[in-house]
Amino acid sequence: MQEGAPDPGLYDYHPYRGRPKITWPGGKSVAVWVAPNLEYYEIDPPAHPARKAWPTRHPSVVGYAHRDHSNRVSHWRMAEVMSKHGFPGSVSLSVALCQHHPEVVADANARGWEFFSHGIYNTRYAYDMSEEQERAIIADSIHTVREATGQRIRGWLAPALTHTPRTLDLLSEYDFTYTCDLYHDDQVQEVKVQQGRLASIPYSLEVNDHYAFFVYNMSGREYADALIRQYERLAAEGEASGTVMCIPLHAYLIGQPHRIGPFEEALRHIAEDGRAWIARAGEIVDHWRGETGGGQG
Amino acid sequence: MALDPAYLAYPQRRHGYDHEFYDWSCLQTRPPVRWPAGRSVAVWLCVSLEWFPIIPAGPFTAPGHMQTAYPDYRHYTARDYGSRVGAWRLLEAFERAGVRASFATNAAIAERYPELVAAVIAGGHEIIAHSTDMNGTIDSSLTREAERALIAEAMARIAAASGVKPAGWLSIARQQSWHTADLLAEHGLTYTCDWVNDELPYRFKNGLINLPLNHELSDRQIIATQQKSAESWAESLTDAFDWLAGEAAAHGGAGRMLPVHLTPYIMGLPYRIDALEGWLKAITARPESWFATGAEIVAEWQAQEAPHG
Repeated sequence: MQEGAPDPGLYDYHPYRGRPKITWPGGKSVAVWVAPNLEYYEIDPPAHPARKAWPTRHPSVVGYAHRDHSNRVSHWRMAEVMSKHGFPGSVSLSVALCQHHPEVVADANARGWEFFSHGIYNTRYAYDMSEEQERAIIADSIHTVREATGQRIRGWLAPALTHTPRTLDLLSEYDFTYTCDLYHDDQVQEVKVQQGRLASIPYSLEVNDHYAFFVYNMSGREYADALIRQYERLAAEGEASGTVMCIPLHAYLIGQPHRIGPFEEALRHIAEDGRAWIARAGEIVDHWRGETGGGQG
Repeated sequence: MALDPAYLAYPQRRHGYDHEFYDWSCLQTRPPVRWPAGRSVAVWLCVSLEWFPIIPAGPFTAPGHMQTAYPDYRHYTARDYGSRVGAWRLLEAFERAGVRASFATNAAIAERYPELVAAVIAGGHEIIAHSTDMNGTIDSSLTREAERALIAEAMARIAAASGVKPAGWLSIARQQSWHTADLLAEHGLTYTCDWVNDELPYRFKNGLINLPLNHELSDRQIIATQQKSAESWAESLTDAFDWLAGEAAAHGGAGRMLPVHLTPYIMGLPYRIDALEGWLKAITARPESWFATGAEIVAEWQAQEAPHG
């Protein structure tokens, strides 16, 4: 990015109207990917000068225990529903989960899910890191996930969405394929980096389960309805040029007993519709690269 | 610019948790618990009986506490409505539905409103300790001694006023300190309801049991925070029950639990109580439901507890 400039210079403006046609495999119009956040929040993390980890003194029992629900109960509930309807996960992983609860990581790996890094912990923020420190968390992420799953991670969602001005350049230097941190488009887009290439794959804050339940105060059924509306519009518009829909999840939210039933109905709707290419993040970016010849799609 | 090198050190990065309160365990692979009479979903109604002093104090301000400049008649009286009217409406609804509940009770409620607590006990409901009053919050700013004194005072005042020694403890806002679990065990409590990380009872390393009281399914979260209607609350609770009953059936009748946390000044209003009554009528009619108090659920679970908990 252009550090200090009013426009950070992350990408070129690229109007939605009249873009080259992208066709997803099988002639599908919308690529749908599901991004479960498999996270570990520390009970007593060190203080960061720019951001507080918990709203109360430690231990912040409700906040910590709510997230722990993922790793004891709701990961499996969410994963079963996804597998049943043919949705693999592309996991936003707090890589220290590989140490704390390898059982959860192994379950996701056995289901054929892809992993990308969401930092070491979701309670360690990247703001103000030196280049050396940021390189350390990138290298730690690559190493830790390879050891635990055999996979070389290709993507990044910054820990708790915290960045430095050099994050995207470092990702391309370390041969990452995609970032999930930019929310400017409904199609895969090129990111401007100093060397090499980096794609931005649409993740989503707007249909993220966290926003649905804690910003927009939706019920489980309202969220399922929002996902279906999001899907219907992107599937229709994707006939002109293939769109991308991401469903970002947190098991401790979507896997609560009052929400998982309606959510399953949304997945059933998308799986049965016929216009969706249900895929993992890396496959979507690879196909987009192939379709656009490596240039702007 | 760089962060302190300690910020990239991870001394607790290891197998299991970064604390010593309890061990990891996965609900789906645990030995199943079976509820009485072949019922698969324990429904635990838990009502908070809260008295908010008009002058807030304590380590932090409890949810629902005073909000305006002194004197905040608006919130003081609207909360008291719950104890004067709303709680009686809930008792009536439970009696009509033939169910018993747990009442997480401030010591001040037991002292100030003995008629209410007598009716709770006479109805066969359980008293859970819920601190002294809504200023009796706990967090790590309290010294161990001050927290010990607070818990001792709450237990003594509840016992003196109600004649009951509670087996369970609910902290205000479910907030604890590093010492709470040990201090609760020291005071002879069997269980706490504060940790929402599970959907069945489990045991802490110090012997205390945690009976998770889901905060997301509370009337406070759905109605007061998310500002949904009582009907939307009932719809979500029914969806939860349906899912849990289905999950139990798919796992050979393995017991599941639905905690229903109610607040008299929220659910006990004239225009909302119908939604609760309708929900109780529908769910008591379901063959899978076992309505039980927290102590009954804990006792049933303890009787079947696996050696490794």
